[in-house]
Amino acid sequence: MTMKNPITIDGNEAAATVAYKTNEVIAIYPITPSSTMAELADQWSAAGKPNLFGVVPLVQEMQSEGGAAGAVHGSLQAGSLTTTFTASQGLLLMIPNMFKIAGELTSTVFHVSARAIAAQGLSIFGDHSDIMAARSTGFAILLSNSVQEAHDFALIAQAATLRARVPFIHAFDGFRTSHEVQKIEMLTDEEIRAMIPEDLVRAHRDRALNPERPVIRGTAQNPDVYFQGRETVNPFYAAAPGIVQQTMDRFAEVTGRRYSLFEYFGDPEAERVLVMMGSGAETAEEAIEALNAQGERVGVIKVRLFRPFSGRDLIAAMPPTVKRVAVLDRTKEPGANGEPLYQDVAAAVLEAVVDGTAPFQGLPRVVGGRYGLGSKEFTPAMVKGVFDELAKPQPKNHFTVGIVDDVANTSIDYDSSWVTEPDDVVKAVFWGLGSDGTVGANKNSIKIIGEETDNFAQGYFVYDSKKSGSVTVSHLRFGPRKIKSTYLLQKADFVAVHQFGLVERYPVLDIARVGATFLLNSPIPADRVWDELPEDVQRQILEKRLRFFTVDAYEVARKTNMGSRINTIMQVAFFALSGVLPRDEAIQKIREAIQKTYGRRGEAVVRQNFAAVDMALDHIHEVRVPQSVTGKPRKALAVSEDAPEFVRTVTTELIAGRGDALPVSKMPVDGTFPTGTAKWEKRNIALEAPVWDENLCIQCGKCSLVCPHSVIRTKIYPEAELAGAPEGFRSAPAKWREYSDRRFTLQLSVEDCTGCGLCVEVCPAKDKANVSRKALQMEPIREIHDREVAFWNFFDRLTEYPKNGSSPKFNTIKNVQLLTPLFEFSGACAGCGETPYVKLVSQLFGDRALIANATGCSSIYGGNLPTTPWTTNKDGRGPAWSNSLFEDNAEFGYGMRLALDHQNAYAKALVAKLRDRIRHDLAERLLADRPAVEEARENVAKLKEILANAVTPEEKDLLQVADALIPRSVWIIGGDGWAYDIGYGGLDHVLASGRNVNVLVLDTEVYSNTGGQASKSTSRGAVAKFAAGGKPAAKKDLGRMAMQYGNVYVAQVAMGASDAQTLRAFLEAEAYDGPSLIIAYAHCIAHGIDMRKGLDQQRLAVECGHWPLYRYNPALAAEGKNPLQIDSKPPSIPYKDYAYNETRYRMLAQSNPDVAAVLLAQAETDARSRYAALQKMAETKESSQ
Amino acid sequence: MNLKTHYLGLELAHPLVPSASPLSSDIDGIRRLEDAGAPAVVLFSLFEEQINLESRILDHYLAYGTESYAEALSYFPQAEQYHVGPDGYLNLIRLAKERTGIPIIANLNGVSSGGWTRYARMMEEAGADALELNIYYLPTNPDVEGSEIERMYIDVVSEVVASVRIPVAVKVGPYFSSISNMAKRFAHAGAKGLVLFNRFYQPDFDLEALEVKPNLVLSSPHELRLPLHWTAVLYGRVPLDFAITSGVHSHWEVLKALMAGASVAMTASELLAKGLGRIREIVSDLATWMTEHEYESVRQMIGSMSQINVAEPAAFERANYMKVLQSFRPDSTGILV
Repeated sequence: MTMKNPITIDGNEAAATVAYKTNEVIAIYPITPSSTMAELADQWSAAGKPNLFGVVPLVQEMQSEGGAAGAVHGSLQAGSLTTTFTASQGLLLMIPNMFKIAGELTSTVFHVSARAIAAQGLSIFGDHSDIMAARSTGFAILLSNSVQEAHDFALIAQAATLRARVPFIHAFDGFRTSHEVQKIEMLTDEEIRAMIPEDLVRAHRDRALNPERPVIRGTAQNPDVYFQGRETVNPFYAAAPGIVQQTMDRFAEVTGRRYSLFEYFGDPEAERVLVMMGSGAETAEEAIEALNAQGERVGVIKVRLFRPFSGRDLIAAMPPTVKRVAVLDRTKEPGANGEPLYQDVAAAVLEAVVDGTAPFQGLPRVVGGRYGLGSKEFTPAMVKGVFDELAKPQPKNHFTVGIVDDVANTSIDYDSSWVTEPDDVVKAVFWGLGSDGTVGANKNSIKIIGEETDNFAQGYFVYDSKKSGSVTVSHLRFGPRKIKSTYLLQKADFVAVHQFGLVERYPVLDIARVGATFLLNSPIPADRVWDELPEDVQRQILEKRLRFFTVDAYEVARKTNMGSRINTIMQVAFFALSGVLPRDEAIQKIREAIQKTYGRRGEAVVRQNFAAVDMALDHIHEVRVPQSVTGKPRKALAVSEDAPEFVRTVTTELIAGRGDALPVSKMPVDGTFPTGTAKWEKRNIALEAPVWDENLCIQCGKCSLVCPHSVIRTKIYPEAELAGAPEGFRSAPAKWREYSDRRFTLQLSVEDCTGCGLCVEVCPAKDKANVSRKALQMEPIREIHDREVAFWNFFDRLTEYPKNGSSPKFNTIKNVQLLTPLFEFSGACAGCGETPYVKLVSQLFGDRALIANATGCSSIYGGNLPTTPWTTNKDGRGPAWSNSLFEDNAEFGYGMRLALDHQNAYAKALVAKLRDRIRHDLAERLLADRPAVEEARENVAKLKEILANAVTPEEKDLLQVADALIPRSVWIIGGDGWAYDIGYGGLDHVLASGRNVNVLVLDTEVYSNTGGQASKSTSRGAVAKFAAGGKPAAKKDLGRMAMQYGNVYVAQVAMGASDAQTLRAFLEAEAYDGPSLIIAYAHCIAHGIDMRKGLDQQRLAVECGHWPLYRYNPALAAEGKNPLQIDSKPPSIPYKDYAYNETRYRMLAQSNPDVAAVLLAQAETDARSRYAALQKMAETKESSQ
Repeated sequence: MNLKTHYLGLELAHPLVPSASPLSSDIDGIRRLEDAGAPAVVLFSLFEEQINLESRILDHYLAYGTESYAEALSYFPQAEQYHVGPDGYLNLIRLAKERTGIPIIANLNGVSSGGWTRYARMMEEAGADALELNIYYLPTNPDVEGSEIERMYIDVVSEVVASVRIPVAVKVGPYFSSISNMAKRFAHAGAKGLVLFNRFYQPDFDLEALEVKPNLVLSSPHELRLPLHWTAVLYGRVPLDFAITSGVHSHWEVLKALMAGASVAMTASELLAKGLGRIREIVSDLATWMTEHEYESVRQMIGSMSQINVAEPAAFERANYMKVLQSFRPDSTGILV
């Protein structure tokens, strides 16, 4: 079928194009999975792209979704067509304004990529929990099921809201639709214009607040009239479904694509019917088609307009023959009598039967079920399972499908082997790494096939939960008919594995159908590769009669200067082997795509990609498959037997990718998980890792300090412990005056290393005979792996240096690095600039720390399953960690402090009361202010011994709260998006409180976790998403704002510039009996830098004045000294010497040099004036208090 | 007093030309040079390697970390266009031609043979009046023979000259077995001028950090001697215009350069160190000296002390070397004077 105006895009872009065209003001804030819509709007606005009215919409980032909703509300009140994009917690933050907007009958559309809401755990993935939480706001809720519909319904919603005056949520499934790439027919401007009547736009504008004809809106109403006022809107809601249907009918006239409020698909005389909404309904259609072809009589009602819910239209859509109805909700409402859609459908059916308007005989049996929460797969087999359940005499109600619920037994069975993948669809799956460009290449391929042929095309991409070494799996479908399969491939005609190592780690060929093609990127030549494959892979190749090809993509990449990017090469191989397009035509299209994709990045890049295309074909070889299996069995993914039971029985399954099969009983009931699980994962992702030269090492500890993944450890220990050391285990005399009789070892956990190289960069010890050699040298992993694993295992058993010893003092880097990190092996980006600070907190205070972590990078690498990095020391103590939300983290941590302070006070009151029972001297010690930690621990231990046989309620209470007598260190950790923007109000309040909390701001100067959107910390002249034209405003000076309180300890640190100052600040902040704020410069992948040079960038940031180091210690004021001490020199290098090492600044110089020059000059002035202002404060004799 | 000179077929108001430097990196800088009295400007170098590198770096970092993690599938917005190719440089030539009235000499530092000719043609099309080929090649590979390197230089010049119509000068370093022969071959290949000499990058060592540090030092007057010597030797023997571009800091060096046979003397170090006002000062000093010494024109002076014109040609050859060595005599403290 030939489309009129085909384009291959994802759901987010499909919705955003219409939203952008039909609006004048757009208020935005990033949240997954909706961020792309906002990013595109900002990008288009920066590029001067006009809307339907010929002007460029104003796109403004706000400080939170609450802020965005407020701005939308205000803009609407002032008469502009206004929209926003959001999801999940973001939509929840908008709810207060949504009630207002709806209450005022204001036309607008909020585009929502529907996502789960954080409950027992956060999920970035798709379900309908967010829109269901907003269903009482008065917004209409219109759902799209596919990328085409996300495009079409964006317009239908916009047109309908203008006529109905009811505001709309236009929702589509997060990730499954928002991130699925599909070929769709794009609306033309004429079609859009035909749907947006000018008179309705004018009517909207006429309702604006205008001092020329003033009104007052938003009054406070009393018991006499509020109720009546609330009821005034009823006619509008009654009319809305009809208006939506009329709008859909008009849309059909304009475009030929017809929709209705409730769409029935299936046998006209079906007895069993599903009711559902969202992308899952597409899969249901596919399953129903197959079932009916097998002689079943089933159907599905796709709910388009969920609010206002039109029961009459629902009933009208049902086949009169229906006897059983299963309503599937993609949400959970604990404690309710079924989920919202079920309740509405059940009520509608009941009302129709009672009213006598129902077309069917008797009362159909209506059951409800849940599916697909947090992007759980929803397959045709599950659809069949639901129909099978409906056919039972007593079908289960309030069931679940897609999981095994062995606790409440809600789940229904289904036959997962029932597959409906159509034969006329080409199905291809690609295994790759994030870093090799596999996904990008596949997106390009889909575009080529979608836009250059009559085929429909679909792509969906699965990423793992780590930010380094992540594995990607791309699922592509191409076919002559509309593709409705909104689930991952179940059988593939083409399997490409872009990294040889993945063949060894994953069952990559399970998905291959008989006769499929298998393409492997292999450094081993085709005539020798067979024997290197695992046994089960060989067996599958033989049993399924696969055609097997290899391509040495890295060889081609090396020859064509492509580095690790094998995307183009693998793309050529795919087209050459799959036959989706004639080979020559495909190559020509790839070249055109290269020109289009890379042309703007310069000729050199285009040329090297062309060279890769030309060379790739010659490197594809078919493997002559022997008829015998010669491979070794695949190494089972094994977690050490020493691991705790939970890790062995649950975590291991998650790591192995078998988490879908875990039953409900295996999951903690309240989201509480054991810490210390990352150490069992052993990801083995580094290609090279550092090796220690004990003769060159000066034992400074810098490498260990900066290691983002805590894989470099140091210990000093008695020589006798070396007995039994593996051969070659390295040690050196300890360079500590007081421990000169001991040995020192610096050891790497090679299996947890990411190979980032920061340690080698920071190492100051050079070989005097060859200065290119340092005490740490990167070496290929294959040469050192087994040896270093043995070394690590031995090292792990060596004595940990006791933290409570009298010496050495933990006030130098060297000494602090003897402390075991209680944060290790996180999935952060290789070379992360944040984690070294987090690790330092864990080393210094982890054994007595409560950590409140704002949502963001640090909560993801700190708390994302399957394994988490926070861990315990040998005594079992370690940080207790929790993440509440993005916006509330300061308050969350503050609440912890309040509880601890109260418990401490209560414990002390009980100690005072039970003084006689406890012993006077111990009681006195327990009652002392700010006791030393170890001493307090000993005293509490003694107290517990005494109270072991507690009898009275007071004794029992004291026993329970006794731990609160040990000093607790509360750390509130988050990024700049939290501290500067969304959480600033709370942070400000907490800092003003005077209570003893420690705030650590990991300042990357962008929202890193959601892909680099600008925050108020972003510096002037930097390009970020939402600041596509370069941020015009100066960076907010959070430190100086906090200093104004006078009683807040404030430090600005950059480990790469001064690790000693960093350490001093952390120690002082924690020691300060009041609120403290540490703002730490964290280099970031979102800066577009060579991450190995991250520490150098930190130093340059300080030297150019962008990041002055200082400590403001109110304790000094009490001593009559100036509390502010500047720890870095005045700017000594040009700002550009720092900035232009980073893509975020450089890309503006390359895209808009004139603006870049102006902003750079202003940023330089900012830096100098900031330093001068600090200097002035530091020079003031009197304290600022 | 006629200070005019001819270089690469261009008539220049006087012989002191700002050489390639950051001073000419934007249109404002070029206009400032014109306002300060520059008779022509040699633009800063367009490095082919830099263009390629910028393009690759941009591509690398725009792709780095993308499509790896579900929440952050990219880290930067897409710009409509990046000026990573030669566009910025070519635009500068166009602007300079539009907004100034002085000749603009583009400066190209290439790598690939295709790159040399491609960019040379682009520069010509953009309006450059002449082209200076800055052939900067560090022969670090011990397996490559000198003759091969010489051939590479000649090939570059031949190819570029064949691909453009504007005059081409060649800027090279002094490290050839026979610079005289090379000069002759450059002329034969079609070059119109020779710029003496390129100052090769000579990094310094940081003894504390034990690192090799790039450390560009500005030239000093004593560096004049080498180009002065070779200009004097080559003047009149090979059909090239000469430009001396090292060690020119005052009218004294300009005078010497002219007398050795250079059509122009070029400086950047002096202007970077002391400001653009030095152009007028030096030219004024030059005129004063010429008046005092009763010279009528620069033209009269060019080559007047070249090897073919001096009374004692051996002064430029080995005999001079011996004479210089022997002229050192230790003083009473044993220090050579």
